[in-house]
Amino acid sequence: MLLEINPLVLPDPGLMIWSTLAFLILLFVLGKFAWKPIMKAISEREQGINDSLATAEKVRAEMAQLKSDNEILLVQAREERAQILKEAKEIKDKMINEAKEQAKEAAGKIMADTQQAIENQKMAALIDLKNQVGNMVVEVSEKILRRELSNKPEQENYIKQLTNEIKLN
Amino acid sequence: MVAVFSICICFYHNASFAQNADTNQVTEQHHNTDQKEEGDFDVAGTILDHIRDDHSWHLWGHTSVHLPVILKTDKGFEVFSSSRLSDEHHQPVVYNGNYPYKQIDGKIKVMNADGSINAEASKKVFDISITKNVVSMFITVFLLIFVFLGVAKAYKKAGVTSAPKGFQSFIEPIILFIRDEVAIPYLGERHVRFLPYLLTIFFFIWINNLLGLVPFFPGGANVSGNIAFTLTLALFTFVIVNINGKKDYWRHIFWMPGLSTGMKIFLMPIELLGVFIKPISLTIRLFANMTAGHILVLSLISLVFIFKAVSASAMAVPFTVFISVIELLVGFIQAFIFAMLSALYIGMAIEEHHEQDLVL
Repeated sequence: MLLEINPLVLPDPGLMIWSTLAFLILLFVLGKFAWKPIMKAISEREQGINDSLATAEKVRAEMAQLKSDNEILLVQAREERAQILKEAKEIKDKMINEAKEQAKEAAGKIMADTQQAIENQKMAALIDLKNQVGNMVVEVSEKILRRELSNKPEQENYIKQLTNEIKLN
Repeated sequence: MVAVFSICICFYHNASFAQNADTNQVTEQHHNTDQKEEGDFDVAGTILDHIRDDHSWHLWGHTSVHLPVILKTDKGFEVFSSSRLSDEHHQPVVYNGNYPYKQIDGKIKVMNADGSINAEASKKVFDISITKNVVSMFITVFLLIFVFLGVAKAYKKAGVTSAPKGFQSFIEPIILFIRDEVAIPYLGERHVRFLPYLLTIFFFIWINNLLGLVPFFPGGANVSGNIAFTLTLALFTFVIVNINGKKDYWRHIFWMPGLSTGMKIFLMPIELLGVFIKPISLTIRLFANMTAGHILVLSLISLVFIFKAVSASAMAVPFTVFISVIELLVGFIQAFIFAMLSALYIGMAIEEHHEQDLVL
């Protein structure tokens, strides 16, 4: 041979046949029973992950929507509460004022009545007093008239005594 | 890689200096056919013996598994154990089958009565023996089938909703890596059709590379560093590329559009050559890289015997470990490159060009 070829770089046909056989078996078995289910599962899972992510995103948006809705509701509720409180305060004030008015009126009326009663009592007392004074005057006059002229100084004493006896109750 | 390979070639040439080395241990361990005399250590012969295909699988010491020899001659098929081809000292002997056979440098040759090689008769012998590489290759095949059927079962059982578990979670990123980094970028929408081929070729080469790095049984066979193996895989890619080649692919080879007629005629043989150079480059790249790795590791270990000193292992062993770690990486990268280039070539063949893009 002109050029000595190292057996290392000379492909051995027997080994090539076996390599072909081995590779074909591997390609067939793995292609049918391994790659197919594996790739199917992987792509299904990837699809599933994508779907889940999309769903999560959707749910997140819904949550945000819900949250903002809640906030609006909360604000409305707060406003309503403030409104109700304000109204209640107004009603309370009104009621207190009314009650005060009524009380004042009632008190005024009672006062007036009382005054009236006092006036009446006073008038009655005065009339009674007048009557009693009149009676006493008549009585004293009668006694004086009975002891007439018996004793002049004694008479004067007696008048003094009677006068003292009169007590204007 | 080329640098690594050239270093190895240097070792190969310098090996003659080391042939005076005298170590009895080595003689026991390495049964070279071309040993000069008892006690001589032939580095090149030892290394080539280790990376070559073999009819028996050396396990340890004097223990070897003798694999069946299958020969097809003009007298029909012939099957016998390879133990018949060597004596108890592991020296090749003549076995008288249909012809007198003898193993010369690992190849079975027909001998003449006077002990010389009968070259003419040897050419008619077609050796389809179950060699060390064939056994190693089928170990890989069974390993891959076992692993991937298990993984496929896990997918079927666990359903698609659960996260990958155990070995499944180790395999899945690699599958996705091949799909996303190799198949989709070069094949686009049509990757689904070629993905099984790319995955199979990637894992087949990778596991063979890894088994080749294991220094003992069931590893140690230099399958992916054998040119017959790499050529076979490159031919698969070649066939797939040319079967799936679209009209545009062939037109770009034989009648490049957008050029003058003279250029078209000039480019035709170059493009046609390119069709065959692609698989050849695939063949040689993988073969050279893996063989270089084996030669380098063996050369470093051989330093111990070249220097005839145990102390040399202080340097040789760390270097061997270092190179082995690099080879782990190379084993993956080469498998990846083979799959990637296959995808690239297929992608170029199935691509539909738009005429206006090419008119410069």
